[in-house]
Amino acid sequence: MRSLLAANAELVITIVKIVLLLFIVLTVNAYLTWFERKVVAHIQSRWGPHRVGPHGLLQPLADGLKFLFKEDPTPAGADKFVYYLAPLLALTLAMTSIAIIPFGPEPIRLFGHDIYLGIAPPDLNIGILALFAITALGVYGVALAGWSSNSKYSLLGGLRSSAQMISYELSLTMSVVGVLLMAGSFNLRDIINAQARHPQWGIFGWNIWPQILGFFCFFVAAIAETNRAPFDLPEAEQELVAGFNTEYASFKFAMFFIAEYTSMITVSCLCSIMFFGGWLSPFPASWTVTHYLPSVVLVPFGLWVIMDGVRYETIFGRMVLPVVGAAISGLGALFVVLPSLNEFIQGPFWLLSKIFFFLFVYVWMRGTLPRFRYDQLMAFGWKLLLPVSIVNVILTSFVILMWGAK
Amino acid sequence: MSTAETVIGATKTMVLNMGPQHPSTHGVLRILLELDGETVVKAVPDIGYLHTGIEKSCEDKTYSQVITLTDRIDYLNPLGNNLVYCLAVEKLLGLEVPKRAQYIRVLMVELQRISSHLVWLGTHAIDLGAMSVFLYCFREREEILNIFEMFAGQRMMTSYIRIGGVALDPPTGWRQAVEKFLRMMPSRVDEYETLLTQNPIWIGRTKDIGYISPEDAIALSMTGPTLRAAGVAYDNRKVFPYSSYQEFNFNVPTRTESDCYARYLVRVAEMRESLKIVRQAMDKITDEGPIKAEAPGIIPPQREKMKTEMEALIYHFKIFTEGFSPPPGEAFVTVESPRGELGCFVASDGSPKPLRVHFRAPSYINLQALPRLVEGRLIADVVACIGTIDIVLGEVDR
Repeated sequence: MRSLLAANAELVITIVKIVLLLFIVLTVNAYLTWFERKVVAHIQSRWGPHRVGPHGLLQPLADGLKFLFKEDPTPAGADKFVYYLAPLLALTLAMTSIAIIPFGPEPIRLFGHDIYLGIAPPDLNIGILALFAITALGVYGVALAGWSSNSKYSLLGGLRSSAQMISYELSLTMSVVGVLLMAGSFNLRDIINAQARHPQWGIFGWNIWPQILGFFCFFVAAIAETNRAPFDLPEAEQELVAGFNTEYASFKFAMFFIAEYTSMITVSCLCSIMFFGGWLSPFPASWTVTHYLPSVVLVPFGLWVIMDGVRYETIFGRMVLPVVGAAISGLGALFVVLPSLNEFIQGPFWLLSKIFFFLFVYVWMRGTLPRFRYDQLMAFGWKLLLPVSIVNVILTSFVILMWGAK
Repeated sequence: MSTAETVIGATKTMVLNMGPQHPSTHGVLRILLELDGETVVKAVPDIGYLHTGIEKSCEDKTYSQVITLTDRIDYLNPLGNNLVYCLAVEKLLGLEVPKRAQYIRVLMVELQRISSHLVWLGTHAIDLGAMSVFLYCFREREEILNIFEMFAGQRMMTSYIRIGGVALDPPTGWRQAVEKFLRMMPSRVDEYETLLTQNPIWIGRTKDIGYISPEDAIALSMTGPTLRAAGVAYDNRKVFPYSSYQEFNFNVPTRTESDCYARYLVRVAEMRESLKIVRQAMDKITDEGPIKAEAPGIIPPQREKMKTEMEALIYHFKIFTEGFSPPPGEAFVTVESPRGELGCFVASDGSPKPLRVHFRAPSYINLQALPRLVEGRLIADVVACIGTIDIVLGEVDR
């Protein structure tokens, strides 16, 4: 048994990582819905969820249970096989794409193996290509769902979204070409390391400065690609009731929902990696004091949670919140005590902060902007984004040709 | 039957049934849309899902009892409906309403106009995807409803305006409440405008959408902000002043573009004008004075008189058991509701119950223009056009 494990160590490690990542992504998804509802609520001067658990923190759990126990009718005349296949496809593809993302620079040495953060092998030289290939397939889930439901609203929603995702795919890919030229590699790790060529530059070494046009195109195209506001036409509820998922209920609906949120996370990861230096700290490498920032953030946050918890209105909240707060503060304190651990979490800390920031921008835009019309969206994609991203490619290649990739 | 036209797939169009249960038809409106791709070839509104028979019910109530029914016609403008019905009955009776009561009526109706436009703006914005504006608008509407509750004890179906005056004296502290609202509101309107007026997506969704020429608008007898956005400065408050509107100083905002964006700008400008009128009305209302006309046998007597005078007691008994009987005849009065020209026709045969009550409902008449606004445009524009006509289905179907 032991020798079997040793012989297949790589396989075992990968499976454990997959299970772990699935668990983390699903949990983050659930709490992303909570986060979105809370942020949008506060933008709109409301409270948001606050009944289930302290600050509504158990709301995602309640929602998940509700999704599981809802009746799951299949519309008459639906193409059963495709109707069941579509949500599976959407969810699987969204989950697969996140496997390519690397989450930290250094491997951990555990049980005699170097374990990298992230599922894909660190030397995956087609990283970004594979990622785009997988996300491009995501359109099938939506298109098939719209087609197989045998409903006019779903059909229109499915058509819209196929057209939208295919047109924005192009700008999305074009807009990252500049970054790829600068890094000279498709590997996501190489792209990040290329932004650390000048360790003393810190934030000014990131791709966002030379590639500001590319970033603009990428972010807009990515929002359109993930069907989020203000490009959420496929599910424009005021026009098409719920678009392609009108006829889906229960857990099949939840699968679309999770797929959408997972793609949000993937896109935020990509944004951070391609343009914002991934796990690199915004400070020059010599400022080692900044390595205590995770603790500086975590300890006061934990203390605040404790403060809030002891005065919380429900007894359950008064019991749970201080414990959570203590745990957070304790974690922060642990980083100070264990310098090796502190060094290790620097990368993931910065990457996660950047991802969190982009997720917030997503939600913020949803709370602020009206929705585009279908033809305007197409015109925007083809007539503005695509030309701008092509110009960006030409400019970048010209500069690299003249002065080399520095 | 299987001619080329009826075979499925032989025609290129698809019929989409929008409503009656649909998030953006503002009630139970059903529209049959014939679509070529996403382009609307033909739109046929189908109404009647909210028919409540209010006009017929009025014939079985005494004149005073009808007021509570009028609240429910256009549920975003109950006070305006009260007003037009009371004006019609007063015209039938030849009653003169005291000035103070007239000013109170103006104050209430203008607050109602703001609240109605707030609901309109909120729902229209959420139809086009701007969901925060919806909640901001309802936050301010809440303040207006609180003022109504102060005055009438009711938030929506106030029945505050009665035949010959208003139901109650303004409550203690009403000036402070209205003053607070007047101070707060202009900055809040600015807030909505910051979110929408210069927003390129908002402009893209509303500009040049749903055009109707002023000639067509007049031919379809459209009224209200929809007509004023086409450049016709027709406002009943100016053209046929009622309830002392001639003493108030305000502008009638107009635009000439006649698209959804122009209608949006007109309504926002109207909110600001209404604030001016509310301010003037507040200054005109004196602290003391009559709130009801002097008309024994029609207006219920005061409580004290009823306890001390035999005659008052008899009138009270007669008014509440059989009502009062206006002379035979008919009266038609129009006012400016938030949606347009709201008319009320009352016919009397000399009995205590009206022979016929009919409302000229602006929503119903403006809705006629919908096919003309949306045909040849995209399905997303249908939502924008329904929104800017500002229909209330309770009023359309009555």
